[in-house]
Amino acid sequence: METTATHQEHPVGLYLKIWLLLFVLSTFSYLVDVFHFEGYLRWTLILVLMALKAGFIVAIFMHLAWERLALICAILTPPLALMVLVWLMWIEADHTFFTRLLNFH
Amino acid sequence: MNTHSSSQPEGLRGLAADWAGDRQTFHVPWGKAMMWIFLLSDTFIFGSFLTGYMTVRMSTTAAWPNPSEVFSLTINGTQLPLLLIAIMTFVLITSSGTMAMAVMYGYRRDRARCTALMIATAILGATFVSMQAFEWTKLIHEGVRPWANPMGAAQFGSCFFMITGFHGLHVSAGVIYLLTIASRVKRGVYEHVGNYDIVEIAGLYWHFVDLVWVFIFALFYLW
Repeated sequence: METTATHQEHPVGLYLKIWLLLFVLSTFSYLVDVFHFEGYLRWTLILVLMALKAGFIVAIFMHLAWERLALICAILTPPLALMVLVWLMWIEADHTFFTRLLNFH
Repeated sequence: MNTHSSSQPEGLRGLAADWAGDRQTFHVPWGKAMMWIFLLSDTFIFGSFLTGYMTVRMSTTAAWPNPSEVFSLTINGTQLPLLLIAIMTFVLITSSGTMAMAVMYGYRRDRARCTALMIATAILGATFVSMQAFEWTKLIHEGVRPWANPMGAAQFGSCFFMITGFHGLHVSAGVIYLLTIASRVKRGVYEHVGNYDIVEIAGLYWHFVDLVWVFIFALFYLW
C-alpha cells in the first residue's frame, strides 16, 4: 500500500469491504422503517446509521483519513457553523409553532 | 513615495503575489484543494436546505405526510414502504464503490479498467436520476405540488422538490463530468500530463453526491 500526501492508492479489498459495509448499514436504515420503530429509538437509529455511513464515505472513499491534519481541519470544522444554524432555527421553529397554535387554532 | 523594496509588484499582480506568499498550506494538488473547498461550499447549501426543511416541518401545525406511505410502491397488491428509495440508495452506493475503484486503477495506470469503471459509475448515476424522474412523475400525478398536496402539510412539496431536485441536478452534472473525464482517460490525456489526480478529484465530487444522499435519505425519507 502506497500512500503519500498527493497520491492515494489503497488495495481493492478495502474498497470492497467499505462498499459491503455501506450496503449493510443502508439495509439497517431501511429496516428501521420496515419494522416501524417509533420515537427516540427511531431517531437515534437513523442518526447513528447516517453518521456511520457518512463517516465511512468521507474517511475511506474520499480518502480524508489519509490526508494531513491541515486539510482535515479546513474541511471538517466549518460545517460546525451549521450546527449553530440548526440550533437557532430549532428555537425559531418552536416559537413559530406555538404562535400558530395560540392564534390560528 | 514608495517605501517598499522595488522587487515587490504593485496592483493586481501585487495582490496575487501577497496572497500567494510562497507558502503552501495544503500539500495536495491545487485541483484537489479547490474541489474540497467547492464541496465545503456545497455542504453549506445542502445544510441550509435541510435546516430550512427542519424549520418548516417543526413549525407547521398540519400533519406531515408519512414518507413511508407517500414513497411506497405497490407490487402485486402488496404495499412496500420506501422500496424505490431503498433501491436508489443501493444504486448510488454501488456507484461510489465503482468510482473508488476507478480512482485506484487510474493511479495504477490501468486506463481500460479506469475508463470502464468510470462509465459504469456514470450509468449507475443516470439510473439513479431516471428513478428520481419516475418518483417525481408519480408524486406529481398524485397531486403533490410545491405549494400544496393532498396528504397533509403544504411544506412537504416545497421541501421535496427543492431538496431532491437540487440533489438530482448534482447527480446529472456529475454524470456529464464523469463521462468527460472518462473519455479523456481513454484518449490517454493524463498519460501525457503524467498523473491521474483528475480522476481522484472527479471521484471526490461523486462521493460527495452519495454523501448528500445519505443525509437526505435519513432526514427526509426516514424521519
